[in-house]
Amino acid sequence: MLNNEKISAKTTQQTVRQTIQWASEQRDQFPIFSRHPEWSYLDSAATAQKPRRVIDFLQEFWCERNAPLHRGVYRLSAQVTQDYEDVREKVARFIHAGCGNEIVFCRGTTDAINLVAHSFVAPRLKKGDNILISAMEHHANFLPWQQLCQKTGAELRIIPLRKGLVEGAFRQHLQVGLDLESAEALLDDRTQFMALNHVSNVLGVINPVTDLCQLAKTKNIPVLLDGAQAIVHGSVDVKALGCDFYVFSGHKLYGPDGVGVLYGRSELLETMPPYQTGGDMIEFVSTAETTFAPPPQRFEAGTMPVSAVIGLGVAIDYFQSLPEERLLRHENTLLQLATENLRSTKSLQKVQIIGDETDLTRKVGVLSFVIEGVHPHDIGSILDSANVAVRAGHHCAQPLMADLKLTATARASFAVYNNERDVQQFCEGIEKVITMMI
Amino acid sequence: MGNIEQLYQDTILSHNRSPRNFRKLEQFSHTTIGRNPLCGDVYQLFARIEDEHITDIGFQGDGCAISKASSSIMSELVKGKTLTEAGKYKDDFLQLLLAAKEEQQESVLAKLPRKLQVFRGISEYPMRVKCATLIWRALEAILQGQGAEAETAVSTE
Repeated sequence: MLNNEKISAKTTQQTVRQTIQWASEQRDQFPIFSRHPEWSYLDSAATAQKPRRVIDFLQEFWCERNAPLHRGVYRLSAQVTQDYEDVREKVARFIHAGCGNEIVFCRGTTDAINLVAHSFVAPRLKKGDNILISAMEHHANFLPWQQLCQKTGAELRIIPLRKGLVEGAFRQHLQVGLDLESAEALLDDRTQFMALNHVSNVLGVINPVTDLCQLAKTKNIPVLLDGAQAIVHGSVDVKALGCDFYVFSGHKLYGPDGVGVLYGRSELLETMPPYQTGGDMIEFVSTAETTFAPPPQRFEAGTMPVSAVIGLGVAIDYFQSLPEERLLRHENTLLQLATENLRSTKSLQKVQIIGDETDLTRKVGVLSFVIEGVHPHDIGSILDSANVAVRAGHHCAQPLMADLKLTATARASFAVYNNERDVQQFCEGIEKVITMMI
Repeated sequence: MGNIEQLYQDTILSHNRSPRNFRKLEQFSHTTIGRNPLCGDVYQLFARIEDEHITDIGFQGDGCAISKASSSIMSELVKGKTLTEAGKYKDDFLQLLLAAKEEQQESVLAKLPRKLQVFRGISEYPMRVKCATLIWRALEAILQGQGAEAETAVSTE
């Protein structure tokens, strides 16, 4: 459960040294960095690079094992079906779901949220009802609810932000969290659903979702957590979180793209009609009527991304082979180093961190910032010329940007393969931005 | 890949730091809004068109150095020009940035004022081409007669 308490808030010389050694071993697992040693890839919050074992697996899969799922009577097909279903069980264990039947494979986080909006919430939502989300949602966890509310005449309620300031050596940095007290006041007996991000993709802040789930439970309101960012920063336990749905994508978890996961409590999945209809999701079809397969097959219409699902299983094996405490400490050490540099280097004093925290263990390795007088796209292009890949833009969170009175930020994010040199290259790149543009 | 200094030439940096005609016109006959949905940049363009001439022009909004400099330079160039002259600048500039072949870019380059030639390097940064073309799309809409009664929005997508 994103248990950053396991790690110390202060970086010591020793932890830095340990993390450098560990990082270099991890980096070797990622072929893209031997092909492109010059790159500081700091955009893993958008998509993570892939370890050799995932890449090798995919090649091996196409050469050795490719076959249709569920439909063949021959051994190849039986094997691929077994492997696919094994990943379902593996994902269930990975996030502590009750059983594999609570795991639905989707195209990604966006697809999973749309599935829940269409099949679970839409049939229950009436005019005058409301749905509660937060002001820091990714568009994927904003638009399905906004559109559904507009269609039904329900109200979209938004947990507001609570803003604070963190002192740096030269300026104050912006701290942004959710206003929990307002959240409670926004729930009433017409609230049909709550949908929240576990970790903000812009701010990196870990939201108090356990408290919010508990609050919703007292009023019997089902909750979906968007775990797209959280899933890769420590173990997730859906039962301990107390959510009803949890969604994430494979490609941010060092796995293939094109696959995502919807966890839903069995009792809820069973009540839900299909999202899409077609092949492989039926019990029996006649011209007069059709009976649908039980969950999770009911929600997996058509040809599924078989290689991506089985590849996700390999990625989970890789991720679980990383000692959790070491991984968290590593990412947080890099976040601390970068944050400290931005906060206290004189030549970087025009930088303001968006989503800073006095205690950085409250965040994952995501660092958003703006530079006074320089547009984030210019930051992105100049950092690119210094071989530093960051994300610049509104991060698919325009309502959050509007609330913060920003059009965009630049964002660096840290993953298992990043190291101290990446942070240094990043900070030198920002100096270059400032020298060129100001 | 091009050299980043070729993208951020002095002319562009100077127009970014102090954009010309960066204001809402008190009296305007046309206004359009240009949006780049990829990055959220938005500019509003105002023009006063009298007797087939752009007698005054101004813009407001928020965006990157490329989009702001492009807007500033465009406003300087078309101010006082006829609609036909402004349309020619627009066509040549879009050809410079969007032409598929280098020869097509070369052939149009010499026709352009120096101030627009500095944008030549951008075609090597495909993600940034739309930054430079944004305001010209807003101008294009005005030249087509849009934005005279109700505000018109154009998009780079």
